[in-house]
Amino acid sequence: MSEIYISKEKFPEVVGQLMSHGRVFGPVFQGQFHEFARLDKPEDIDLSFQNTRLSPKDLFHPHSERMFTYSLAKDDPERSILKEAPKDYSPSVVLGIRPCDAKAFQLDDRNFDTETIKDPWWVERRKTTTLVGLACNDPCNTCFCTSMETGPFDASGLDVLMVDVGDGYVARSVTDKGKECLSTLKGVQTVPAQAAEKEAQAKKAAEESMGQVLDMKPIYEKNTLELFHDPLWEEVHFSCINCGTCTFVCPTCWCFDIQDEVQGDSGERLRLWDSCMFPLFTFHGSGHNPRSQKIQRVRQRFMHKLKYYPEKYKDGPACVGCGRCVKGCPVNIDIRHVARLMAASCSCPA
Amino acid sequence: MQAYTERIREAAKRLLSDGKVDVVIGFRKGTIPFMNEPYLAKTAEQVDQLVWDGNCGVNLANYLPKRTDRVAVVAKGCDSRNIVEHIVENQIKREQLHILGAPCKGMIDKRRIKAELKGKEPTSVEETEGEIEIKGRDLKLTLNRSDFLQENCAICIHRNPVLYDDLVGDLVEEQKDVDRYADVRQVEAMSTEEKWRHFDDLIAGCIRCYACRNACPACYCPTCFVDESRPQWVGKTIDPTDTRTFHFLRAYHLAGRCTDCGACERSCPVDIKMRQFTKKLEKDVKELFDYEAGINPEMRPALDFYRPDDPQAFIK
Repeated sequence: MSEIYISKEKFPEVVGQLMSHGRVFGPVFQGQFHEFARLDKPEDIDLSFQNTRLSPKDLFHPHSERMFTYSLAKDDPERSILKEAPKDYSPSVVLGIRPCDAKAFQLDDRNFDTETIKDPWWVERRKTTTLVGLACNDPCNTCFCTSMETGPFDASGLDVLMVDVGDGYVARSVTDKGKECLSTLKGVQTVPAQAAEKEAQAKKAAEESMGQVLDMKPIYEKNTLELFHDPLWEEVHFSCINCGTCTFVCPTCWCFDIQDEVQGDSGERLRLWDSCMFPLFTFHGSGHNPRSQKIQRVRQRFMHKLKYYPEKYKDGPACVGCGRCVKGCPVNIDIRHVARLMAASCSCPA
Repeated sequence: MQAYTERIREAAKRLLSDGKVDVVIGFRKGTIPFMNEPYLAKTAEQVDQLVWDGNCGVNLANYLPKRTDRVAVVAKGCDSRNIVEHIVENQIKREQLHILGAPCKGMIDKRRIKAELKGKEPTSVEETEGEIEIKGRDLKLTLNRSDFLQENCAICIHRNPVLYDDLVGDLVEEQKDVDRYADVRQVEAMSTEEKWRHFDDLIAGCIRCYACRNACPACYCPTCFVDESRPQWVGKTIDPTDTRTFHFLRAYHLAGRCTDCGACERSCPVDIKMRQFTKKLEKDVKELFDYEAGINPEMRPALDFYRPDDPQAFIK
């Protein structure tokens, strides 16, 4: 492990150094919101954000990804042979990612990077990307990471964790990749003596500001089928309009659809974000749809995150408590409220 | 407007206990500031969750199509117009409905508030007739309510419900001398190239979540054109061509039907101002057919009706 101190004054210069080594992505203020975007210049990054409106998952799992291209020309000897579409795997740094979002990538690895199945694009992008995170001193009112087995200072998904200690950042490596990243930086200082205390204070304040808002244990202990058939879904599903907002802003929703688009003699195979909120998501070729009703789809999303996933992997929920779905839902369906109903398993009012 | 809460609960209880309706659709208090949740009350106890304030912008007419029970529904001016649309388009029967009309002075735009708060988060909000009092950490602010309305509310000319069985408050004065189409005229004045650029920029951030479509009460097709899969009609990528196709077609499906309730913009997670499309169509329909959507349940919609005295020659 190595640790350094970067004063805020020096920070743009350090960002510039990182940019000279490769692509750097960070929170950029766009309109009213921060989003992760590639930095054109060091000043683009704005770390005075709480969290970005969309999760940074599209850096690894883009909304619309061109997987392969192919030719359908009759006289083409390579007709119908899929060729991998070029992708940019050059080294990159995601600077200022929140611990919850980094933790979310670890959960997503369960889908894209297992012993038996390796999604080449996800794996390669993960390999060539260094996550330099920023601890969350000021969580949003909608944040509940501390209840979801992560936290505002959780370094477990990161390569480097930075902590804002007022006049600068303490950056500490978590992995070898992180250590290497820090070793390239010039003109940085050693960590001042009083920083440790400031860090501890910030961590305590951030965690306390959220508290433990949910107890997931009763959900884990409940019988899955009983929860599945519980009347609570009647209440929960009513207001849902079945848009894809919650799934698209979610850092742990990874579902996708694969489609071929053909124009003339050439085609592309695309991978596109999909959503369990859409009826088409489960529409079978036979015409049957096992989740044709809204209530089934709403139940699926919450059961997947809070019951099926933890039951299958025995490693916590498929939610990191970033609160984006709470903020983004156009009709105010709040996963914290749903989780409480699931824990209590009654459709009693909040 | 909070006085409506008591009147809504009172009416809902009466209607349920008299067996006049099976369910009441209204709002319950949201879990975060500036949000309420559409709520279906079936019992007198559930009725006590119903509330009313400036955060009831979701259009409740959206929850009516295909219902087979008897429904009481709280309706602002725009909701009532969409209810009229539903009746005209055979999505629900007038006899099934008990409309609790809620004269409206506009709904609060949480985005305008957010911009004003500059990153600070409210923890408590008090709304009075003319003001919004916001408190939070290092935050104490009193805002003039009328400066923070949804854009469609600021130019609304049908604040009173057009169809109702009971009112939950006194009728309000309608806004006069409102220029509804200043933004549309600006776009109309652009060159073709400028328009393309303008609209491409407008929808550039779209993530194809379809919140705008799904929040819209007038979008109730059993299978939307974007969900047609045998064969697929529209590409699902975020390539500008696909995004344009979705937004343009969605808007055209609303020609002569949109009531400018603002549900689409309100629901958009990436702040797309898609009312610019539907407002242009609203303006055209008004100018060409002198028709406003959802005003009169006896009148056929502009685009499914032919008048022998149509002033334009091309159709004759």
